[in-house]
Amino acid sequence: MDFLFTSILDGLMLGFVYGLAAMGLTLIWGVMNVINLSHGPIISLGMFGVYLLFTFLGMNPYIALIFVALFGLLLGIVIYFVAVNRVIDAPHLSTLLATFAVAMIITGLGTAVFTASPRNVDYSLGSVTIGNATIPVTRIVAAVLSVLITAGLYLYLHRTRSGRYIRAVANNRSAAELMGVPSVRILALSFGIGTMLAALAGGLISTLFPFTILAGGTYELKSFVIGVLGGLGNPIGALFGGLILGVLEGIIPTFMPATWVPVLEFGLFVLILLVRPQGLFGAKKS
Amino acid sequence: MNSPQDSSVVGSAPKVSWREALSQNAGAYVGLILPLIIIALLTIWPTVTGKDITRESIFTIMLSIALASSLNILLGYTGYVSFGHVVFFGLGGYVGFYLMAVQGWSLWPAMAMGGLAAGLLAFLLGKAILRLRGGYFALATIGVNEAMRAFINNFEPFGGPVGMTLNFQVYRDYGGAAQALRMTFYILAAITFIVILVSYFVRMSKFGLGLLAIREDEDAAEVMGVVAPSAKTWAYVLSAIFPGILGVLFFFKNGSIEPVPAFRLNFSIEMIVMVMLGGQGTVLGPILGGIGYQSLRGYLLTSPLFKNIQLAVAGVLLLVIVLFVPAGVVGWLRNRFPVLRRILQ
Repeated sequence: MDFLFTSILDGLMLGFVYGLAAMGLTLIWGVMNVINLSHGPIISLGMFGVYLLFTFLGMNPYIALIFVALFGLLLGIVIYFVAVNRVIDAPHLSTLLATFAVAMIITGLGTAVFTASPRNVDYSLGSVTIGNATIPVTRIVAAVLSVLITAGLYLYLHRTRSGRYIRAVANNRSAAELMGVPSVRILALSFGIGTMLAALAGGLISTLFPFTILAGGTYELKSFVIGVLGGLGNPIGALFGGLILGVLEGIIPTFMPATWVPVLEFGLFVLILLVRPQGLFGAKKS
Repeated sequence: MNSPQDSSVVGSAPKVSWREALSQNAGAYVGLILPLIIIALLTIWPTVTGKDITRESIFTIMLSIALASSLNILLGYTGYVSFGHVVFFGLGGYVGFYLMAVQGWSLWPAMAMGGLAAGLLAFLLGKAILRLRGGYFALATIGVNEAMRAFINNFEPFGGPVGMTLNFQVYRDYGGAAQALRMTFYILAAITFIVILVSYFVRMSKFGLGLLAIREDEDAAEVMGVVAPSAKTWAYVLSAIFPGILGVLFFFKNGSIEPVPAFRLNFSIEMIVMVMLGGQGTVLGPILGGIGYQSLRGYLLTSPLFKNIQLAVAGVLLLVIVLFVPAGVVGWLRNRFPVLRRILQ
């Protein structure tokens, strides 16, 4: 029983970070109907951003996150104008392949520079004990930061002018354009925020686990599952999707071999796509 | 593809003389000439040069052509983006390999069962996931592939994460390992021929026209009398059977099978890239795409300048194609030189 409690608590903590990782993917999907296949490599870049700033400049990982976020935002805007803008209205295959090409470029350059050997951010804040469960503080900080970033995103989307523009474009791009919303700039900004969230998630994950330049791929696949759980296009739903996935990952290994986790995850993923493609939390159809 | 019944229904259609009919029919096969010549050249090339290493590289190219052409039936003709198409290659390979390695079957029936397993999976899946459109379908195919990989990883009869290996003795039935290698090449060539023929006749048939109509506008196609759900399912099954058969052949040649190489998502994406490069929705496109992609990859992997960043260079090229030549080589030629349209199908 104690073991189950620990697993659930652990899963919840991780779930917030998973949710953050998926949020960027689902935001981009919601605003422009693009599945960003460069999501994983950008998560990896976030990891390496924190790693490099921490290892070579001795910067606190959480301060490094600010730079990683800025970098992610700018990178996303660049990717949007180079790879996505031209094919935004083309069939799905074009945007899928364009973002996949970006993924190949990032992974190719990343492997050449960093090789595929594992790294870790050697940073610890000790651990706390709740009941019988011992939890590293970095995990709690990561969960809290994920929630804060999500809240920030929510406020941004609902309370600021450009946030409202993003929601307007997501809702109906041509109508938004008629109302004078500069849609190309808003799309670029949304893509930038999406990649910023991915990079932030990567940065947080780097404080929890060792990673390689290819590690983002795993989180990209998880993000797909979470995005579908929470409703693609619903960034806040992604947080709940992340929690569900985190808890599943915590509970399943207590009664069957851990290698069955991905079978159930992806089985669930396909099932939800079939039964409730709008997600468990019913994102509004745009 | 005008059957006599069709013209009698229209009534006003003039009777076509046999001479015209023949020339029309001959015209219908013009597009097949170039693809078949290319495959024939590839098949005899290793015999001409007499080098085993040439045969090995042409094996890779031919496998790419056959896989890309199968995928093209779904991706190019029907417009459904199957991102996880490698699942059929992997599953077929696993079923066939299991029959050969554990049950002691010979290659031929194992290949048939591999194709059958892949076709059956596509049929069952098709009923369900082909309802999804656009990005949702692409995501679902990724999910199916990952779920299958994870499942096989846990499935003890198939060897779990370790996979299975063929006993070397098996090759003795085919006249030794060297002979077996040569044989797989010619079997592959034969299958590639069949895939190209199937691809061509699907494209020219009424069924194929239905698929093209679905690609352009599925709702309009249904209004015009295309039974979209069943047409899509059969296109999916057709595009899955050959990867299943080829999976068995590939892993027979390989001698061992493991979950990771069998269900490698990137392999799926490479197939899509080949189709795009050559020109989606054409018969010739995947052939040129397969040759072009594999030659380029071979060059990048061996060139001292690009060796380390070959993936990034390939990415840049893919991006350029997607952004500026979305119709692929064949599509671009067809648009640029309308005279060639008959020859370049």
